[in-house]
Amino acid sequence: MSTTFAPSTVPEGNVPPARLPVRERLHGLINRADGFLGVLGLGWLTPLARLAAGDSPRHQVKELWRQLGVPLAAIVVFLLAWSALAPKVETSLGTIPGPVEVWHQAGALWQAHKDERAEEAAFYERQRERNAALKAAYPGTRITIHDYTGKSTYIDQIWTSLQTVFMGFLLATVIAVPLGIASGLSRTVNAAINPIVQIFKPVSPLAWLPIVTMVVSALYVSEDPMFSKSFVNSAITVTLCSLWPTLINTALGVASIDKDLLNVGRVLQLSWTRKVFKLVLPSSLPLIFTGLRLSLGVGWMVLIAAEMLAQNPGLGKFVWDEFQNGSSESLARIMVAVFTIGIIGFLLDRVMLALQSAVTFSGTR
Amino acid sequence: MKFPRHILSRAATMARTVLAGAALAAALSTGAAAKPLLVEKPELTFGFIKLTDMAPLAVAYELHYFEDEGLYVKLEPQANWKVLLDRVIDGELDGAHMLAGQPLGATIGYGTKGDVITAFSMDLNGNGITVSNEVWKMMKQHVPMGPDGKPVHPIKADALKPVIEAFKQSGKRFKMGMVFPVSTHNYELRYWLAAGGINPGYYAPNDISGQIQADAFLSVTPPPQMPATLEAGTINGYCVGEPWNQQAVIKGIGVPVVTDYEIWKNNPEKVFGVTREWAEKYPNTHLAVIKALIRAAIWLDEHDNANRKQAVAMLAKPEYVGADAKVIANSMTGTFEYEKGDKRAVPDFNVFFRYYATYPYYSDAIWYLTQMRRWGQIAEAKPDKWYLETAKKVYRPDIYMKAAKLLIEEGKAKKEDFPWGTDGFKPPQKEFIDGIVYDGRKPNAYLDKFPIGLKDDQRVAGGKVVSK
Repeated sequence: MSTTFAPSTVPEGNVPPARLPVRERLHGLINRADGFLGVLGLGWLTPLARLAAGDSPRHQVKELWRQLGVPLAAIVVFLLAWSALAPKVETSLGTIPGPVEVWHQAGALWQAHKDERAEEAAFYERQRERNAALKAAYPGTRITIHDYTGKSTYIDQIWTSLQTVFMGFLLATVIAVPLGIASGLSRTVNAAINPIVQIFKPVSPLAWLPIVTMVVSALYVSEDPMFSKSFVNSAITVTLCSLWPTLINTALGVASIDKDLLNVGRVLQLSWTRKVFKLVLPSSLPLIFTGLRLSLGVGWMVLIAAEMLAQNPGLGKFVWDEFQNGSSESLARIMVAVFTIGIIGFLLDRVMLALQSAVTFSGTR
Repeated sequence: MKFPRHILSRAATMARTVLAGAALAAALSTGAAAKPLLVEKPELTFGFIKLTDMAPLAVAYELHYFEDEGLYVKLEPQANWKVLLDRVIDGELDGAHMLAGQPLGATIGYGTKGDVITAFSMDLNGNGITVSNEVWKMMKQHVPMGPDGKPVHPIKADALKPVIEAFKQSGKRFKMGMVFPVSTHNYELRYWLAAGGINPGYYAPNDISGQIQADAFLSVTPPPQMPATLEAGTINGYCVGEPWNQQAVIKGIGVPVVTDYEIWKNNPEKVFGVTREWAEKYPNTHLAVIKALIRAAIWLDEHDNANRKQAVAMLAKPEYVGADAKVIANSMTGTFEYEKGDKRAVPDFNVFFRYYATYPYYSDAIWYLTQMRRWGQIAEAKPDKWYLETAKKVYRPDIYMKAAKLLIEEGKAKKEDFPWGTDGFKPPQKEFIDGIVYDGRKPNAYLDKFPIGLKDDQRVAGGKVVSK
């Protein structure tokens, strides 16, 4: 898709000879960056850079329009349609909020976050004074500092959701990758695992959650638990729903290794571990990462539902609480959450895609 | 020699308790002011349901009354009353905003069993009964109208009876929502229906649906979901606390017809419940909590409800009730909107402190027990003595008065605001919608007065009321 630099389009007399190599180097750099930027969703920077580097304006402007103009125009059309249609839908909580109300609520949530932090500072200040008084009244008592008791803000909730999804994703990876390798290497293991995978793969998180809750309540008992039960419930639900893509892709990646490679390994009499780490893993990495990317996507989607039911204080609980509150601002706040969920999901996917393409390039030896 | 850790820590707790007890005794005897209580457990989590009558908890938190007692409290909304009670009983929550019937029901083993006690009544009144627009249209023609063309209140269930007949004839069930089997709402709704000659159905040991011989079929819906359930047509009406009746008016999906103030003037509503084990393990903490709650209740009612506006702003925050301030303000500031536009003054719609509202009266507990018996939740006849013994097990005015005494010594409360010398019984109460007089000392004689309801040795067997 990239056009190569054509020296003939630049009148020779205008350019001092010394600058040419610099310019060529620049273009080489842009060409290399292009693939990378495309992965990050910043592909529109390439034509801009080319323009700045003095490339054919007409061609680059066209490219820029396709990569930046069209998506922006589509967003504008979407916003216009939204603000035109939203006031027409009357619900018992008032009309559906338009983009402006949602933007206001996003601002309000940010403000609430800042207020809460200020309140937190005041809380510790009051506590310090109170502890001093306590110490004066009862010398010899041990003074402990108590954590802030205020509510978690929207920003805290986003953070909780991210932690939960990564916990679940990590567990899923730890389970799925070794299982996938085993079933890719051995047709017997594959035959054993396959029916179970096929049955559990399509199960919704809403079906898993009650079972997970009961099991966690029974097994996860401690006086001072490191994680709250709601966190563990949500994370395990994410694990159960997101491990399948990784498992299947890993198995596929391992099974489709070039047989010659394995034969070479056999000739060299590599030990089992060396075979796995030197041959199997490197050559199946691209597919493993494809699986991981799909898994994280599924996990993030599932998490919101899990948090709603498990009451884990993340974005899912935020949506549920606002739905329960039923104030006139609730719908706009829920929409802020919808956009937040979407944008974070997109960013997570991009990060995984970047990782995936990084290993794919180095994987093609 | 090495002790297991839990024994050491228990010993430490005991030592601390003894020390704190001694300090408390010293403080009480000398009248020395402002030495803070040494609380055994400073970090607490309390549960609540999103209703305006959780206000004392929100106020005690927001105005730092909890912190003044050295308590660091987290307030956590709960999904429904069952989850809330279960979490208190299994210790996940230290205490909670509860329905008055919950500690009683748990103690006598109706529903989840557990020893739950209360030393603090959270409020009086605060509930309403709402019917759908469709039902109101059918009902209105039977409601007497005043000279101003507006319905005469209180509206009795007599006006609902023809509607239920019409439902029956077209083969439909008339369904109503209430929030929990042992909720005040269940008993108030039943009281109102039965006073109008409508049978709300009986409970039996083998059938806990509460719909035996029912004319109106009651079932459980969590408070915040009432309006949505009514809107969906799953129920034809409901009895719930605020703001969920006013929400129906403002959303235009239903009409509140009667408040519980009109069914039984100044009826006890929510209590603050903890397990008996918890109260025995952390006596000073419990006292400190009650102190903070009493202060919050005083603040809510002082100067003729002058602080209510501020309270509304607190409750409207998403982490507490979260409904719009104007919805909450409707009832919290002493008015109540029935049909849209028909806003009337009900200054005592929510009472948090005056009339000794926070004192846990035995007679209040016994009223709830009589209603449990009336509708078959208590399956067998019990002697009057049993009612008093059960009330004394659950209601703990001794702890309440200790907290009150401390507050008076600290100058944070006035002596005349507490019922010194009461034996725990309110004088016989006459202000019920059907005019039947209630005397807490004679529960069985009270039950005999109801035309609908179990009495004497009656019980429900095989879908019928039978005498032994």
